Amino acid sequence: MLTLLRRIGISTLGWFEDLGRASVLFVTALWGLPRVADLGLLVKQIYQVGVLSLPIIALSAFSIGAVIALQFYTQLARFGAEDAVGVGLAMVLLRELGPVVTALLFAGRAGSAITAEIGLMKTTEQLSSMAMMGVDPLHRIVAPRLWAGFISLPLLTAIFNVVAIYGGVIVGVRWLGVDEAAFWTGMQDVVNLWQDVGKGMLKTLVFALVVTWIAVFQGYDTEPTAEGISEATTRTVVTSSIMILGLDFLLTLSMYGDFS
Amino acid sequence: MRMRTVEISVGAFVLAGLLALTFLALRVSGVASAPDTGSYLLKARFDDVAGLRERAKVTVAGVKIGEVAMIDVDLEYGDALVTFEIQGQPGLLSMDTGAQIVTEGILGARYVSLIPGADEEMLGDGDTIDDTQGALVLEKLIGDFVSRMGS
Repeated sequence: MLTLLRRIGISTLGWFEDLGRASVLFVTALWGLPRVADLGLLVKQIYQVGVLSLPIIALSAFSIGAVIALQFYTQLARFGAEDAVGVGLAMVLLRELGPVVTALLFAGRAGSAITAEIGLMKTTEQLSSMAMMGVDPLHRIVAPRLWAGFISLPLLTAIFNVVAIYGGVIVGVRWLGVDEAAFWTGMQDVVNLWQDVGKGMLKTLVFALVVTWIAVFQGYDTEPTAEGISEATTRTVVTSSIMILGLDFLLTLSMYGDFS
Repeated sequence: MRMRTVEISVGAFVLAGLLALTFLALRVSGVASAPDTGSYLLKARFDDVAGLRERAKVTVAGVKIGEVAMIDVDLEYGDALVTFEIQGQPGLLSMDTGAQIVTEGILGARYVSLIPGADEEMLGDGDTIDDTQGALVLEKLIGDFVSRMGS
């Protein structure tokens, strides 16, 4: 009984310790806002986490949009309400699926890469040699990756939404024959700039913050062994996914939770 | 050379992201889809607006000319005060224009239909439409019918 309590206590303290170190890392990395001289580093990182994530994002967006349109169509056609496919698709994508799926894919594609890269740098003592040469690894390595994540994920989400809507257009309008005018005007009548587009973008900003923060911290905090890197990479993906899904529920509840 | 392709692709990526955002704003949420020719407000009192929402369309002869800007309740008279935002300049709808809340489509979206009258005098900015007919509520109709059958 006592050992159980002790174990709970140790893991809680360990958890607090991690959170504390992560916060210190975050604040110190962002303290000196990006300087103009660092722009090259930032561009390189946006390429790594943003541009290279585009193919998987676009591909999943297209198939998700197509599948949602197909499902909505088969259900709505029973009531003769096929025209509502556009509205349903846009609402589902803008409010939930766009931000969440993009963030999950981003955690798997870019988050794991960031962790592995920084983890390997630490294991091969590149970070300590950098510090010895008087270059702050937090500014040189961590900060550009954090900023690249904040900038890339919202842009990726916007692209995801557009590609998915076009996937829906191709299946719904071109193939299944929903009236194109009804598809677009139905969407425009219901979708609200702030309520749907704006709040969806707000969600993705939160996810961007959480995912890149976790990825960078796990890399920086890796145990410097080959096993440590693999564990840290797994932890990045698992923790990010859980945080994304949990936060999504809380964000939805606070943004749209007017259920009274 | 390698750095240059990286920079170009990052530029294209950021541009594509911003274009996607504009697309979402303009094409998907339909902001600024109508050219801005100015607008004015009209008011109307309804005994029942059940199901009418803000941003619902306001039509004449089935053509959209504006939207519902605000729905308030007037507890003193026990009716609903609805404000419409009509596109264009005032002076084209007559004083005896009627307003009716009607239902569209299978999902039952409510909107307001204006029926122009024949009066010489025209409605100005902020005027109130007097001739109104509220939403038809099925339960109320059935209730009326049953009580009339009983008497």
